Amino acid sequence: MIRDITLGQYYPGDSPVHRLDARTKIIGTLLYIIELFIVNNYWGFVIAAAALFAVIALSRVPVKFIFRGLSAVFIIIAFTFLLNLFMVDGRVLWHWKFLTITYEGLSRACFMAIRLVLLIIGSSMMTLTTKPIELTDGLEKLLKPFGLIGLPTHEIALMMTIALRFIPTLMEETDKIIKAQEARGADFESGNLLQRAKSLIPILIPLFISSFRIAQDLALAMEARCYHGGSGRTRMNEIHFGKGDVVAAILMVIFLAVIIASRFIPDLF
Amino acid sequence: MAFIEIRDLVVQFTRISEDGSETAGKKAIDGIDLDVEKGSFVAVIGMNGSGKSTLAKCLNGLIIPTSGKVLVDGMDTSDDSHIWDIRRRIGMVFQNPDNQIVSSIVEDDVAFGPENLGIPPEEIRERVDNALKEVGMYENRLKGAHMLSGGQKQRIAIAGAVAMKPQCIVFDEPTAMLDPKGRESVMRIIRQLNSEGITTILITHFMNEAAQADRIVVLGKGKVLADRTPDRLFSDMELIDRAGLELPPLIELREVLGLSDSIMTVEDMISELKKQCR
Amino acid sequence: MSIEVKNLTYIYNPGMPGETRALDGVSFEVHDGEILGIIGHTGSGKSTLLQHLNGLLRPTSGQVFVDGQCITDGKVRLVDIRRKVGLVFQYPEYQLFEETVAKDVAFGPRNTGLEESKIENRVRAALSLVGLDYDEIGESSPFELSGGQKRRVAIAGVLAMRPSVLILDEPTAGLDPAAHREILSMIRTIHESMGIIIIFVSHNMGDIASLSDRVIVMDKAKIAMSGTPQEVFSHDKQLAAMGLDVPPVRSIMMQIAAEIPSIQSNALTTQEAAEDIRRAIPGFEQ
Repeated sequence: MIRDITLGQYYPGDSPVHRLDARTKIIGTLLYIIELFIVNNYWGFVIAAAALFAVIALSRVPVKFIFRGLSAVFIIIAFTFLLNLFMVDGRVLWHWKFLTITYEGLSRACFMAIRLVLLIIGSSMMTLTTKPIELTDGLEKLLKPFGLIGLPTHEIALMMTIALRFIPTLMEETDKIIKAQEARGADFESGNLLQRAKSLIPILIPLFISSFRIAQDLALAMEARCYHGGSGRTRMNEIHFGKGDVVAAILMVIFLAVIIASRFIPDLF
Repeated sequence: MAFIEIRDLVVQFTRISEDGSETAGKKAIDGIDLDVEKGSFVAVIGMNGSGKSTLAKCLNGLIIPTSGKVLVDGMDTSDDSHIWDIRRRIGMVFQNPDNQIVSSIVEDDVAFGPENLGIPPEEIRERVDNALKEVGMYENRLKGAHMLSGGQKQRIAIAGAVAMKPQCIVFDEPTAMLDPKGRESVMRIIRQLNSEGITTILITHFMNEAAQADRIVVLGKGKVLADRTPDRLFSDMELIDRAGLELPPLIELREVLGLSDSIMTVEDMISELKKQCR
Repeated sequence: MSIEVKNLTYIYNPGMPGETRALDGVSFEVHDGEILGIIGHTGSGKSTLLQHLNGLLRPTSGQVFVDGQCITDGKVRLVDIRRKVGLVFQYPEYQLFEETVAKDVAFGPRNTGLEESKIENRVRAALSLVGLDYDEIGESSPFELSGGQKRRVAIAGVLAMRPSVLILDEPTAGLDPAAHREILSMIRTIHESMGIIIIFVSHNMGDIASLSDRVIVMDKAKIAMSGTPQEVFSHDKQLAAMGLDVPPVRSIMMQIAAEIPSIQSNALTTQEAAEDIRRAIPGFEQ
């Protein structure tokens, strides 16, 4: 069911990872993603995976829960893997009709798949251990310097909060509308591209109307609760740097150095 | 002076036609006078399109009167400088449980109102915890809002209003989209809040919910058709028909049996029947 | 026409951590011309069950037969099942999308491949069944209608497919008392003039008692009880344990009976209740 998608979901807890400032986690995650692209051999991935598992263990988020989220994007991973597997030229390992697998292709496919898996788990660790509101607050604060050049940082953060909140609602709504039109004999699977595009109209129009209704209701509800922009607002949980964040920052620098160093070790294979 | 005073209220929407010209549309509210006393429990009923929701939105300045006045605690809703003072005094809970929750996590949503008021963090925490306890959702404070049932979501919405410490809460068909269990839990909380002194205005289609109020206002085509106590309203069959309403089950039974208008509860009915048995 | 559901089981997310059994060995039959009411607490499996009856969901195990034909073995064309079994979802007005009422109602028949020349008649007939006039509103936008009218247009959109079974999920949810009464009488009209099987889910026990020939009670993915409304609503304690009520009149009469044992009543409607009271008290005065 749609409710089970864990990507972007929060797993309540009170671990050292949960307690970190959202800004630390945002920067840490960005850094981790960049580092995954710095890695050029399997040693780098071994180190990156070890670091990730250390964070997971520290966060006390059940591994089962994390992998459930991964299964939702399994298709993307599989697609990346297959694309690389068949599309790279080199020494032929296996050949059948028009399909060819090369040694280089296999190596590249594994490499890409591992990178993607680490990337997805890494970024879902951020959302799993940070409440959406802290995440958007953190982002708002990080973007603050850009506010000086006219970037509406508070509005961007609020938009993200609302988007995260309404993704499940809109997914359920879409599911309902698709089923209702199917019950009226609508067919979304056959016909040529144009016919298929046309068959989406009975879904898109009700979905648009629903979204507008939600937006209108929500705007009224927010106004009724005295929302009047970012100025003069306070926060229930003010985010602030603590000791844990200093430790995390030091660890991040060390990790960056190790990852860069890993480029110069001879590869595993 | 009453807590809310409505004087000769008219709300007329403007129609914007395709060429951009504006014409006067239909009058959603057509001359309403109404007083709501502090601490009272007023139900507003009437058919769809009778102007109930529009009236509700006039109370906290979400809709500004075309003519006439709405005064809350002496402040005029059409005076911009008072709008936030009015909205912090009058909380509002809407019909659709999904569309009024702003944040993904329960406690963050309840904090949204107090945060807008610029209250210090420690006090927000305290208000949020108390509001969640008030509606019996404290244990669920860290849950995702989309994992909750309709009734639970509606309780979160009520907590969000309570956390602003309003003097009055307007409930705009809060139970319309709920199952019987959710409906009952929401009604229990509404009664409890009213007994704690919060002025309560309840818009509803359910007659047994309206019958719990001190006073029922019946709207029809933007006008007040009646403004009476439940027992006096539900003995006027002609009005009930004209306003497109129905009787609560017990009163319907009373009417079919032809018993006295003074019977308003099952207990009244039982004592009347006991008398008859003797 | 009949429906037979045999040992239906449906598991959401099999083998995953979120695995839930939404239906667990559900079997029942609906006979020709019957009105079947389904009640159950939110999450008891009602909606999942309805979606099996027109092939929107495929059972994990078990079968559904419509008119003797198995619709769960994958051999029947889905569009044929959906023509036969019309399903009206909760708040169906949210699925309207066409520019005009007539076009929206025609969406279903067109999908089933009905000839263009016959479509207008279908649309006319369907609109008149739900109490709306083609000439009056056929060309207006469905979004300009009142809430109750929109819902009737949506129901007409399913009726225009001439189903042999009509399934309604909470047809009266969120309506005002007048619109509520209109929908109930509309369901009676459809049943009388088309003579089809009607299955409806409702939380309103008064509606269930007044419309259904037979009632099925769902609890924790299983059928907990079934029988006539009289039979089902006499088990008030079991129903309460499942989080379900009895019709309001029934509950009033039970409270009275607890205080005045001479007034015993199984009444489900106000009229029956009044008769029982008059009968129990000789010399009843108004």
